[in-house]
Amino acid sequence: MLQVQGLQVSFTVYTQGLRQRRLTVITDLDVTVRAGEVVAIVGASGSGKSLLAHAILGILPHNAELGGSISFQGKPLTQARKEALRGRAIALIPQTVAALDPLMPVGEQVRLAALRGGVPAAGAREVVAASFARYGLAPEAARLHPFQVSGGMARRVLVSTAVVGQARLLIADEPTPGLHPEVVTETLGHLRELADGGKAVLMITHDIEAALRVADTVAVFYAGTTVEQAPARDFAGGGEALRHPYTRALWRALPSQGFVPLPGAQPAPDALPPGCLFADRCPLVTAACRVARPPARELRGGTVRCIHA
Amino acid sequence: MPEWMSFAGRKLLRLITLLVAVAIFSYTLISLSPIDPVDAYIGADMLLISPEQRAQIAARWGLDQPPLARFIAWARELAGGNFGTSLIFNRPVLEIIGERFIASLGLMATAWLVSGLLGYALGILAGARPGSLLDRAVRLYAYILASSPSFWVALLLLMAFSVGLRWTPICCASPPGLLPEEVTLAHRLHHLILPAITLSIVGVANMALHTRQKLIEVLESDYALFARAQGATTRDLVRHHGLRNVALPAITLQGASLSELFGGAVLVEQVFTYPGLGEATVQAALRSDVPLLLGIVFFSAIFVFAGNTLADLAYRLVDPRIRIGAATP
Ligand code: SF4
Repeated sequence: MLQVQGLQVSFTVYTQGLRQRRLTVITDLDVTVRAGEVVAIVGASGSGKSLLAHAILGILPHNAELGGSISFQGKPLTQARKEALRGRAIALIPQTVAALDPLMPVGEQVRLAALRGGVPAAGAREVVAASFARYGLAPEAARLHPFQVSGGMARRVLVSTAVVGQARLLIADEPTPGLHPEVVTETLGHLRELADGGKAVLMITHDIEAALRVADTVAVFYAGTTVEQAPARDFAGGGEALRHPYTRALWRALPSQGFVPLPGAQPAPDALPPGCLFADRCPLVTAACRVARPPARELRGGTVRCIHA
Repeated sequence: MPEWMSFAGRKLLRLITLLVAVAIFSYTLISLSPIDPVDAYIGADMLLISPEQRAQIAARWGLDQPPLARFIAWARELAGGNFGTSLIFNRPVLEIIGERFIASLGLMATAWLVSGLLGYALGILAGARPGSLLDRAVRLYAYILASSPSFWVALLLLMAFSVGLRWTPICCASPPGLLPEEVTLAHRLHHLILPAITLSIVGVANMALHTRQKLIEVLESDYALFARAQGATTRDLVRHHGLRNVALPAITLQGASLSELFGGAVLVEQVFTYPGLGEATVQAALRSDVPLLLGIVFFSAIFVFAGNTLADLAYRLVDPRIRIGAATP
């Protein structure tokens, strides 16, 4: 359904003295999502992974530049195609209710999303009512304003906006931010259900545990690259089946896996090392690692960017 | 206590503080000004009056009392609703203000509505496509007008339309020489049109720039980005999210603009010799009519305050966060 290869997102920024500089936030991102599948992109908060969603939907700011290739349903996803498909074939589930108009009742906003998604105006009300019913929202909830809805309700409303338009690919940006455990379970359940219903779901998150609960595949994002794509089942035991040292470190840092912290921090986008981006923190680093960026290669049913994996 | 009651209480308290402050300030200013009330009263008969007679008049008015005692006496009269008698018109100040206000009301209301609506519309058009030709034209217009004094614009329009083209009358609120009964509505409108246009086009600038800026902010907001992700076009965004979200700050601005409108009306009425409150203000100031001047100062303070309060109320009705938030805690 969706194939992203070597995606690059960079920004032209002005530094002191009006000097132009290019800041590359995503250097090399690969991910593939098939129908019926939940794929999670996991990376640290604030590492720029949300830009992937914006890149797919064609809503990056004007000073952004896009490299690499994105294809959707087998055809390249050009800006014109993004504009034609967003809301209709590809829908975003945003992070918070801040993505809703503060002055408009939520029901009205779901209806607008339906209209924008190509639902005929005559049937829009029924579609909204049906999706409210499906997500257990009372019909009266439609009249509430965003500031009145609780965290769990907000999630359901946000999912509703994305599914009323019959999209084939759903992109959930950080779907479980600081939610109550029950709401997290419910939200993840919705994503799984959508995938089981034949949609492709791309979930962008910093929460690896949440990702592992529903995802079929996990892509690990580090310093602007996807260092590994692995089937979720490889996250087991001591992480022996995992391919990249960073993935393994992430796995071991989980509370359930012994809480082993990984010292150091990700390199900043304007200070990337020339060789492997993980070299400064990698326990397996050798001189060869620092020579060139390891390309992505297939390994045991996944991909990895590490020469020693 | 219900929300609206505490709102009304707060407003009332603020109004009282405002009026007390205005009383103190204006009284101090007038006391410091070179206006001598006795001279102003006597006017041209000055040479016929002996110093003894002057002293008598001053004593009768209590001018020999210390300033604080005079202030208290004056404030007491004010609180009782007695604003005194206008020296130039020789009639109660409140009567003059009422009369003049009605004449100004049509002018100010027209200008207020036209500048608000036109400014809002231009701001929306400009803000929807920042950098476009239309946007640059609106901005140029707004910057030029925002920096031109209203009396100057009034003079230019007067020269063009009244002197040059002779489409509009040169002065007054009705044709000179007609008895009040003979003046028709058409006459009044004909005389109103140019002053109203002057005030409107000057007032448009602020509203247009402000609306443009707010719309640009809305179009860069998270919810606008999400709407775009849903496939919304700019037109859709402006229509469904822009108009509403920009209307709120616009209401506040338009309420606050009353004070500027009042100031603008003073000058514009003077240029057009339009017998409104503004013209009376200038007369009162030029001819040292202290009671009338103070009356107008008070009236305008109350007027502007009322305008702001109305804007506040409208805001509360439009914004669901306040409307519903207040009802359901
Ligand atoms: S390439 Fe070298 S430094 Fe990079 S992850 Fe693999 S072993 Fe570590």
